[in-house]
Amino acid sequence: MNLAFPPLLANVVSRLPVAPPSLAFSVTANRLLWPALKTLDWQALVGRRYAIRVKDIGLCLRFTVTERGFAPDSGAPDLTISASARDFLLLLSRREDPDTLFFSRRLVSEGDTELGLTVKNLLDALDPELVLGRLPTPLARAAQRLMAA
Amino acid sequence: MPLELICPAGSLVSLKAAIDNGADAVYMGFRDNTNARAFPGLNFDETQAAEGLRYAHDRGRRVLLALNTYPQPDTWSRWTGAIDRAAKLGMDAVILADAGLMRYAVKQHPQLRLHLSVQGSATSYEAVNFYREHFGIQRAVLPRVLSLPQVENVVQHTDVEIELFGFGGLCVMVEGRCLLSSYCTGESPNTAGVCSPPKAVQWTDTPAGLESRLNGVLLDRYGKDEKAGYPTLCKGRFAVGGETYYAIEEPTSLNTLDLLPEMLKIGIAAIKIEGRQRSPAYVAQVTKVWRAAIDSVKKNAAGFKPEPAWQAELNKLSEGQSHTLGAYHRPWK
Repeated sequence: MNLAFPPLLANVVSRLPVAPPSLAFSVTANRLLWPALKTLDWQALVGRRYAIRVKDIGLCLRFTVTERGFAPDSGAPDLTISASARDFLLLLSRREDPDTLFFSRRLVSEGDTELGLTVKNLLDALDPELVLGRLPTPLARAAQRLMAA
Repeated sequence: MPLELICPAGSLVSLKAAIDNGADAVYMGFRDNTNARAFPGLNFDETQAAEGLRYAHDRGRRVLLALNTYPQPDTWSRWTGAIDRAAKLGMDAVILADAGLMRYAVKQHPQLRLHLSVQGSATSYEAVNFYREHFGIQRAVLPRVLSLPQVENVVQHTDVEIELFGFGGLCVMVEGRCLLSSYCTGESPNTAGVCSPPKAVQWTDTPAGLESRLNGVLLDRYGKDEKAGYPTLCKGRFAVGGETYYAIEEPTSLNTLDLLPEMLKIGIAAIKIEGRQRSPAYVAQVTKVWRAAIDSVKKNAAGFKPEPAWQAELNKLSEGQSHTLGAYHRPWK
């Protein structure tokens, strides 16, 4: 499966300002993902600032986590995680181990290491069946295809 | 049954991944510093542990509980409480390092099966038999410092089952006695449950390379294409005598697939896979490879040869630049 992002599109995306994608991410994630994620123990994560940098696309998402979900946030991030679009997809679909990507320098985590580990372990402990069951059907189907690819 | 496959579980998802991919048993820890992978968000609370046990037992597999750190006087009850919980939950064994805890376990829960942890640092059959005589241990995990002939010597002189590490991250292997990182952080791995407490670790991407620091002390700076390792003091590069190099140890991973026929021959009871801190993806991938390898060696030990695809899969997952057979293989001996 080719998960590489077209260079021309990446070039365009990287020129966009950070705020609109972060807002779009928060709104979308709250609608589609939060119902599946809200039962997790977010206590250690609430109020902290996060940045997700998709390096090959030049996309940077900045947000915080509140009791009610994700919210865009432009403050200095406590934790920044950088990887390519393909590697983020591999991680999300559980086909790669974050430490593996980290050792091979494809995943970079900067900032509060303890927060980073907490996030990693929280996501690792997520039962994929449970999450899939709570996702909107088209998204669940897409995720299943990705995990089986 | 020789060569049981013992796999790591940092979460319920990992436990299921291990069982589904062919682990004979998994080992886990509770959510505190009673085990040597005390990372935030990792490990099992009592409900999750019970569910993990149910999942394993329904499929005829076993669950071992790592209680392998050393209790301190003011927190003694945390460790004994963990033993009580292990017994109540019906753990198939507890893996202990501290002799005081073994005594407690034997007195309070005589039915509980005891394994001697690698952290117990028993390298001779005399030491292993001491634990057998006094606490009735059923199995010992040997420190990763013995050559295979030395391991064989232990096996031949004890009734205790011997478990060996087969795959995963390596350290300086002064197991149960290493205080190295406490010089930087004030916390010993043997009591705090981690070598490098995450709160003391900092990663920074600089123009000169990716830097790791432990409580401000520069551990390593990785060039653009260099593989990174865990941020532990023993794996750092330091300036010594005008040269900057891995002054203590190069980050490497143990991989003993090649030695499986010998391990089978000398009567090793179980192979342990390191990595409770790793994700379910790692657990699934490693377990699958080792299940295939162990099945293959049992079928035909003489003709056993690790498949290149297995080695490639394991290489991809490992820390550091290379794989090693560790101390097991000493060709110069």
